[in-house]
Amino acid sequence: MSKTTQAPKALRGVGNFIDDRFHLAKTGEKNLRKVFPNHWSFMLGEIALYSFIILLLTGVFLTLWFKPSMAEIVYDGSYERLQGVEMSEAYASTLYIDFDVRGGFLVRQIHHWAALIFVASLVVHALRVFFTGAFRKPREINWLIGVAIFAIAMIEGLFGYSLPDDLPSGMGVRILQGVMLALPVVGTYISMFLFGGEFPGDVIIARLYMLHILLLPAILLALIVAHFMILWHQKHTQYPGTGKSNRTVVGTPMWPGFAIKAGGFFFFTFAVIAGLSGFVQINPIHLFGPFTPTSITSGLQPDWYMGFMEGALRIFPNTLDFQIFGYAVPVAVLVPGLGAMGLLFGVMGVWPFLEAWITGDKRAHNVADRPRNAPVRTGLGVAAVVAYGVLWLAGSNDILSETFSINLYLTTYIFRVLFIVGPIVAFIVTKRICLGLQRRDRETLEHGYESGTIRQLSGGEFVEVHKESSQDTVDVLQSKPTITSTALVEDTDDKGVENPEARKAKGRFRRALAHWYTKDNVSVDDVEPHSGHHLHHSESESSGAH
Amino acid sequence: MTDNSNDKNRAEGPERVLGTPSESSEERAVAAVSATDAAHEGPYPASETHAHPEEQQRRGERIAAVWFVLAFLGGVGFLVSYFLFPPNAQGTPAIADPQIAQYSNMLLGGSLTLAMFGIGAGMTVWARNVMPHYEVSSPYDELPSSEEEKGSFGAFFMRGADESGITKRPLMRRTLIAAMLPLGLAPIVLLRDTGPLPGDKLKNTIWADGMRMVVEGTDRQIKAEDLENAPNGMISALPDPGGHGGEEGHGDGGHHLSLNEKAKSVILLIKIPEADYKPGMNENVEGDQSRLNWTYDGIVAYSKICTHVGCPAALYERTTHRILCPCHQSTFDAADGAKVVFGPAHRPLPQLPIGVDDEGYLIATGDFPEAPGPTFWDYAKD
Repeated sequence: MSKTTQAPKALRGVGNFIDDRFHLAKTGEKNLRKVFPNHWSFMLGEIALYSFIILLLTGVFLTLWFKPSMAEIVYDGSYERLQGVEMSEAYASTLYIDFDVRGGFLVRQIHHWAALIFVASLVVHALRVFFTGAFRKPREINWLIGVAIFAIAMIEGLFGYSLPDDLPSGMGVRILQGVMLALPVVGTYISMFLFGGEFPGDVIIARLYMLHILLLPAILLALIVAHFMILWHQKHTQYPGTGKSNRTVVGTPMWPGFAIKAGGFFFFTFAVIAGLSGFVQINPIHLFGPFTPTSITSGLQPDWYMGFMEGALRIFPNTLDFQIFGYAVPVAVLVPGLGAMGLLFGVMGVWPFLEAWITGDKRAHNVADRPRNAPVRTGLGVAAVVAYGVLWLAGSNDILSETFSINLYLTTYIFRVLFIVGPIVAFIVTKRICLGLQRRDRETLEHGYESGTIRQLSGGEFVEVHKESSQDTVDVLQSKPTITSTALVEDTDDKGVENPEARKAKGRFRRALAHWYTKDNVSVDDVEPHSGHHLHHSESESSGAH
Repeated sequence: MTDNSNDKNRAEGPERVLGTPSESSEERAVAAVSATDAAHEGPYPASETHAHPEEQQRRGERIAAVWFVLAFLGGVGFLVSYFLFPPNAQGTPAIADPQIAQYSNMLLGGSLTLAMFGIGAGMTVWARNVMPHYEVSSPYDELPSSEEEKGSFGAFFMRGADESGITKRPLMRRTLIAAMLPLGLAPIVLLRDTGPLPGDKLKNTIWADGMRMVVEGTDRQIKAEDLENAPNGMISALPDPGGHGGEEGHGDGGHHLSLNEKAKSVILLIKIPEADYKPGMNENVEGDQSRLNWTYDGIVAYSKICTHVGCPAALYERTTHRILCPCHQSTFDAADGAKVVFGPAHRPLPQLPIGVDDEGYLIATGDFPEAPGPTFWDYAKD
């Protein structure tokens, strides 16, 4: 063991310079000591953060050449196959990035892949937070910020997809405008104001460009910074285990462990995105041709995160459309086009508060739930994932229909049925699986784990030898919280008078929900670890084998 | 922000210079503190720091170094790849050729991947094999603040508010709020000039009585017999508002049509054997004009823009006379007034009245009877 290395003089100089001005030594050390729990699922949010950084870097590069102009020109650039074709300057400048700027093609691909992975990782990150109950008090505000990041990221992605003004991207804008027009009363006004007149007009690319590179990224950046500051202040949740409690977080400290791990992980993320961009071509706009409002190709697919909206537009029936005093209300556009998004973000935003209202739980939670230990929440989450997945697949129904030779219209009917039935089945199945896992946990706690060793008893009977679980496993299993709700406890005050609120419709409804939310759970409170008979075969062998 | 009092080792007793024996070191040895604990110099307590054996660390160092060397080579490869393919230079190879562009893309992407992956892998090996595994514990913040602190804050804030006068001088407070209201509206009002009011712009197109039409994407004007030869019996057409000046049979190809005009006025011309027309074609669309009156020689014209959300409904199946929008699969029956037979669209594609002029060219005999394109709130109002 050697003595601690002296900090290099230059570094000390910088440190002193800063501290002389900000008095940061103590705060700095505190932050170097900040602890990050060790679990792979905490890296999902990191992927989103790193993708966002890559998006900022590559986006700046692309702006050096991109022209957000809809002026119609005749192409005279390097890409021979489109020479002489009328197109917007936006499309022509994107071709320039692809075929005249070295590395431009790669950076455009990285930008697009990073966008897909950004949204994907933040969705998976949100699912992790949901299923482990990490959104609960005190982290509801950060959850809401996360939902806002998700919503804005989707819109940001859609706008970015629209900028090159190639055929599919223009059609995406067209669909956006069609959905906008469907809004009662204000639809045509919003469309006229956003497009500066009729579709497609000559300003929409410039306006989307401003939103895409300035306003939305600024909001995203602000929200992401807020997300991280809150995370930093409140610290991560952690999974149950030995020494982990609502009062103490255990894990790798910022310096040096986490800094090096996270740094390495940034490079891994970048490597995967760069590898995809180098070898898996995405959005080859030079093959699609420029946008015209009069042409289309079949088999068009939006970026994945818009797929659920596209699917909803495809399968929602037109039978609910109606007219009121001669004015049209196209429900089949409004519900899937705006309702689907509203429902997604609305339910996500409301859930933490709804769950807290049902359970009446006002405690702060730093230890995350194991998903099986909150079976109704987990079931609802899986149901939502299935509903989303059905809509997402429905967005490719033409491709599915062709690939599997199914009648196109039949796929629509199948998806309509699946959208209703799928989530219900998913909920029931998931809840049963959770309860099954709870029972197994209880058994493991009581009897230890199955060692895989088969032993023959002297009576001729074969048994599998159970062994005692590790202390960590016991701690994890014993940490199972009992799911209760204050609504189920008789609401009486100290004089024995029933709370009138509990008798009103809202109170009864809450109690019904609470009953549904808390029933069926397997309790481990009465279990003494390793007290079960399976662990005591050796004794029973000697005493019972007469 | 973070309260971490991990330095339990140093919490007791006077501060000492690192490396010097502590006063209690002898007692400690007696108290059976492990040798590693006493010799531990890391930033975190020995019990929370699980160091790897020296041999593993040495091997980790070597593996990490190999990764970093690979990353270095990848980085150099990236720079080389950049200069390997000049942009559209006189000599080859140039990235203007899509095939070369793809090679360039693969080389740049591949070398960048190697560089990034090498650094990532090396750092991971470093973190996992050279650096100790940490299980450092640190307290969460106590929530919420004590009642005393909260009360003190609240009282302090209100004393300040009272002193400032905002609570006690309602005239000033209310006029200030009033002063801010119009300013709050200003940003919204300022957006008024982002576009014109809709008026009836969406309801009218440039189609007018006597206007010829050209095949979309060309300047070729259309005669009735062109439909006989058209593949699938369908032609996608645009109006030709100024096209009489040029060569016989040639308009100006819609070159002076704006995209806005194209987006609204594009039509499908479809030739259907008259026997296949369904009774729906007899219903009157405008005055005493039936849909059938608006066809010519079995040729019917519909707006190409889907009434759902505005994609071009570009697919036509001759045998069933069905028009299909590839975006959301709204399907219209061309032999039955383009009624919706499947999908999310709700109203038929508007029909354009057509006829022929003296020279035998197909012409419109008026505008669409109702707004083409996506359905909106007041599309049916005049």
